[in-house]
Amino acid sequence: MSEAAYKQVFRRPESLKDVPTHYCPGCGHSVAHRLVAEVLDEMGLREQTIGVPPVGCAVLAYNYFNFDMVEAPHGRALAVATGVKRVLPDKFVLTYQGDGDLAAIGTAETIHAANRGENISCIFINNAIYGMTGGQMAPTTLIGGTSTTTPGGRDASRDGKPIDISQMLAVCDGTVFIERCTLNSFKGVKKAKKAIRKCFQAQVDGLGFGLVELLSPCPTNMKQTPQQAWEFIDNEMMATFPLGVIKDTTGYED
Amino acid sequence: MPSEKVLMRGSDTLAEAAVRAGCRYFFGYPITPQNELPEYLSWRLPEVGGTFIQAESEVSAINMVLGAAAAGARALTSSSSPGVSLKQEGISYLAGQELPAVIANMMRGGPGLGNIAASAADYFQATRGGAHGDYRTPVLAPDSCQELAELTFTAFDLADKYRTPVMLLGDGLIGQVMEPVVLPDPIDPADLPPKDYIVDGCAGREPRAIFSMLLGQQGELMQHNFKLQAKYDEITANELRWDEYLIEDAEIIAVAYGSASRIIRAAVDELRAEGIKAGLFRPITLWPYPKQALRDLAKSDVKIAVFELSAGQMVEDVMLSVGERAEIDFYGVPGGVIPTPADAAAFLRSSLAGDGKVGRRIAI
Repeated sequence: MSEAAYKQVFRRPESLKDVPTHYCPGCGHSVAHRLVAEVLDEMGLREQTIGVPPVGCAVLAYNYFNFDMVEAPHGRALAVATGVKRVLPDKFVLTYQGDGDLAAIGTAETIHAANRGENISCIFINNAIYGMTGGQMAPTTLIGGTSTTTPGGRDASRDGKPIDISQMLAVCDGTVFIERCTLNSFKGVKKAKKAIRKCFQAQVDGLGFGLVELLSPCPTNMKQTPQQAWEFIDNEMMATFPLGVIKDTTGYED
Repeated sequence: MPSEKVLMRGSDTLAEAAVRAGCRYFFGYPITPQNELPEYLSWRLPEVGGTFIQAESEVSAINMVLGAAAAGARALTSSSSPGVSLKQEGISYLAGQELPAVIANMMRGGPGLGNIAASAADYFQATRGGAHGDYRTPVLAPDSCQELAELTFTAFDLADKYRTPVMLLGDGLIGQVMEPVVLPDPIDPADLPPKDYIVDGCAGREPRAIFSMLLGQQGELMQHNFKLQAKYDEITANELRWDEYLIEDAEIIAVAYGSASRIIRAAVDELRAEGIKAGLFRPITLWPYPKQALRDLAKSDVKIAVFELSAGQMVEDVMLSVGERAEIDFYGVPGGVIPTPADAAAFLRSSLAGDGKVGRRIAI
């Protein structure tokens, strides 16, 4: 049989470096990285892209993504991205942030970048826990959710309820596309990729601020097996953070 | 064609000089007493194709500057004391990531919310590195609108040359005062040297990453720190600036910077008119501090009289410079109260007489 009989149908995206990551088994970051990389490749954006990683588990994303990146202080990714995009309006600017970065310490930066309608795309990883620092309460930790700083469970009267920042951003006039997806199933991953593509297209077309929230498993800090982490997203997270398009004024066909 | 002499307020001078120095990006948050500066740039920058953003906070503003610097632009933020405290995190990142930026601080009275009058109590914060980590920020302290215009150019040049944040340290007085200025000729940002470290898309080259986090177990962060320190040594060797006034035969040398130096310069003139040999040593770079130049002036028959709009901050650098070579007296007025030239003259006379009526003797 000749070599020509084999056709490569699956490969590492060019937007991902050929290096192992530090992410835990069962973590959603690797999948999210791959989806971002695949979409950038498919849209031909890699060489136009400047990425801003968070402080959190994805703080080392510049070791994994194969495009230009600049580090931001914790929570400040969208302020840094604003500076980049205002200087380079024709380039593709992307932030990749976790729940603590985007929805706790960076809430002001997030809301105001969205409200200004910064022409930036944001990937928001919501795993309802702090990963890098070792399992503390996140702004998105569910009611009753145990963490190293809520050993008796999150108490709404003490900690407030989990924040739904995607809904909050949807009321900002500057946002054009917000969708919540999940990384805990093949179907969910496929849908997430479609949402990321739409979000990125909105920036390419200069429409305004786009965000894709990805419900993501964190078995290590949730003290779950990977399978339990997937089930947790289905059975518990989605009750507080229902999937679906939260805002879409792009006018794009599906 | 040289620019003509115009009458300009300090804040407007800094703003216009920044535009002429090729700065096209300003990010800031309003705070008194420097609001005229962002207000000026809000209309001026769009005229030259630049961008003015009123940020949601000082924290956001300095990080927008960081992003603009990473993308290769000359960027500016300005504030006054409480706002500059909020920017400290970003300044540390700029230093760690080796990104150029200019931060203007028109100081007001502190601590806390303090008041909105001119003060100079942020010397420690500016010169010691107000945020975390082993870093230094070049600090330039103008005493006039003319010097402010020139040092604004210097600040952007130093920032680019050494890839470092640079601080322009003025106060509410220099921000508000109107003086005749000849502005430097404008630079076209397109004529500035290209930067080989910026992130602007990796077409035709390997991707770049700008970061300050070095987790490696082989002392990578230590090596990065040594590299930064070598840079600070180079800045110290090459960029010292100071001004000397009537010091050749002086028996008393006042040491003051910024607005305080303007006040005590008048007192020096007053004493000279009386036949008293007074002079003025005025540091222009507060970090690096012109230690050796001051040390060379310090002799046992010369009094060193330090005058500040604070309770005593720069005086510590004077002590480090002078040591026990000469007697040091200090007179400082904190809290936004501006002493008069007569107050400063009384201090110099008291220092010469050694009667301790004004100011205090500084023990090494």
